[in-house]
Amino acid sequence: MSHDTTPALVKPRPVPTPTSRPFWDGLAAEEVRIQRCADCGGWVFYPRSRCSHCLSGRLEWRTVDGAGVVFTFSAATQATFPAFADEVPQVIAVVELPEGVHLTTTIVGAAPDDVRVGAAVVPVFDHGADGMTLLRYRLA
Amino acid sequence: MGLRGDAHIVGYAQERSERRFTGQAKLTLEQWADLAAAALHDAGIDSREVDGLVCGGDLLESSTFVPATIAEYMGWSVNLAERVDLGGATPAGMVWRAASAIELGLCEVVVMAVVGSAVPPSPKPAPFDDRILFGASSNAWGSPQAEFEIPYGNIAQNCGFAMYAQRYHELYGWDERARAKVAADQRVSACANPDAVFFGQPVSVDDVLASRMIATPLRMLEIVMPCARGGAALVMCSADRARRTDHRSVAVIGFGERLTHKTPTYAPDLPHTPVAAAAASAFAMAGLGPADMDMVQLYDCYTITALLSIEDSGFCGKGEGQAFVREHDLSYRGDFPCNTHGGQLGFGQAGLAGGMSHIVEAVRQIQGRAGERQLVRHDTAYVTGTGGVMSEQTALVLQGA
Repeated sequence: MSHDTTPALVKPRPVPTPTSRPFWDGLAAEEVRIQRCADCGGWVFYPRSRCSHCLSGRLEWRTVDGAGVVFTFSAATQATFPAFADEVPQVIAVVELPEGVHLTTTIVGAAPDDVRVGAAVVPVFDHGADGMTLLRYRLA
Repeated sequence: MGLRGDAHIVGYAQERSERRFTGQAKLTLEQWADLAAAALHDAGIDSREVDGLVCGGDLLESSTFVPATIAEYMGWSVNLAERVDLGGATPAGMVWRAASAIELGLCEVVVMAVVGSAVPPSPKPAPFDDRILFGASSNAWGSPQAEFEIPYGNIAQNCGFAMYAQRYHELYGWDERARAKVAADQRVSACANPDAVFFGQPVSVDDVLASRMIATPLRMLEIVMPCARGGAALVMCSADRARRTDHRSVAVIGFGERLTHKTPTYAPDLPHTPVAAAAASAFAMAGLGPADMDMVQLYDCYTITALLSIEDSGFCGKGEGQAFVREHDLSYRGDFPCNTHGGQLGFGQAGLAGGMSHIVEAVRQIQGRAGERQLVRHDTAYVTGTGGVMSEQTALVLQGA
């Protein structure tokens, strides 16, 4: 049996950069680590080389709880990309953490009708065979 | 601050929309030339007078050095060579950049065009480029979308606009019939436009609600139809030169532009959109308000795009858009003429040409050349361009001379 390598049928996976590596290492260890600015105190996501509030270069990694609330979501009833067809309906969501940052994720283990804006959610660490861990969420 | 209104649109060209291309396939550079020639002919201006050009990034034959490639091909010597990279807001962004250059005295006659028709099959196949799979998202290494969006399936536009709609409705109430009515009303106008892809195909609110769910809460008939035939061009010149053209000229009297994010996950205040800032700037510059507009031509890649644009442009208050749509007829026959060519939902979207269709329709109406769908009052128009997922926003106020 051959493995299909048609680009549209391979699920795209994250490939870390030197800047983002601590975030992905944190997920592998089942911790949510995000950046905080040592100058202005602002929280930053996604990982950057400079603060998105004040452009300071003094960003520090902090481990946070990772629980949050659903800011918004959509259940993709048509796959957004052919490789995701097996996950349809895929509940793609924006989660807001108490630190104020927003991140993109999917809500797993829930029917789309059970998901609401404002619902409390907790992290699910989805360890992949490629060594990368995706940060998914489930209803709390 | 801002424009004096001394740069006027004086001619246009527009290719009709087709889902499956039936014409003669041409290179995109050749399409650009055809559209430019047609728009200059419409204006009654000789090609030798052109001294400025504005393009998008839509030439398949050249990915860089695009303005120079176009100038050389057309035989133009230009003082303005601009490439705009604002997604669907590109055509609206072209208009104020061209107007600014004319008012600064840099140039006298500017041509801008966007192409969208099929090209001949290349005898020299390029290596597979996975960019076509990801639409407006970049999957290149180091791109924030590649690392933090695409692996979760947040790809291209449907899901992003659906997430705008979801939060909008949860904050301001659910009226799916109002959203569907945007599409249905615009179809009325598309049925008065023989160039529209959905000419002769009316739909009802119930038809829209019965169409297939794509990304909750958005259904198929709330999403633009990609077209394989399209393209548009505009000619703009100084007010002085405009007095010697063939049609009523259309002054650009206000504009605004605002960008805050690439991916809506990072939008500062969703579902408040950057349209609000762009509209406020455009109206302030024009010295007119929403109530002074005889028509609106709002970028409508989705029903929710038009609904959010109506609200954030100030035609009603935030959260009142659904009631506003229920209470007004948005067709060319109605009391709030919106997207009188059918909008992109009714006219079709052939790449960047979709966004220029709104500007062309405003010009056509103001010039009194809209045929069956000609408005009785047609002196002022408010036009928007939306790029990405409510990301790049440009607003224009146009007025007949």
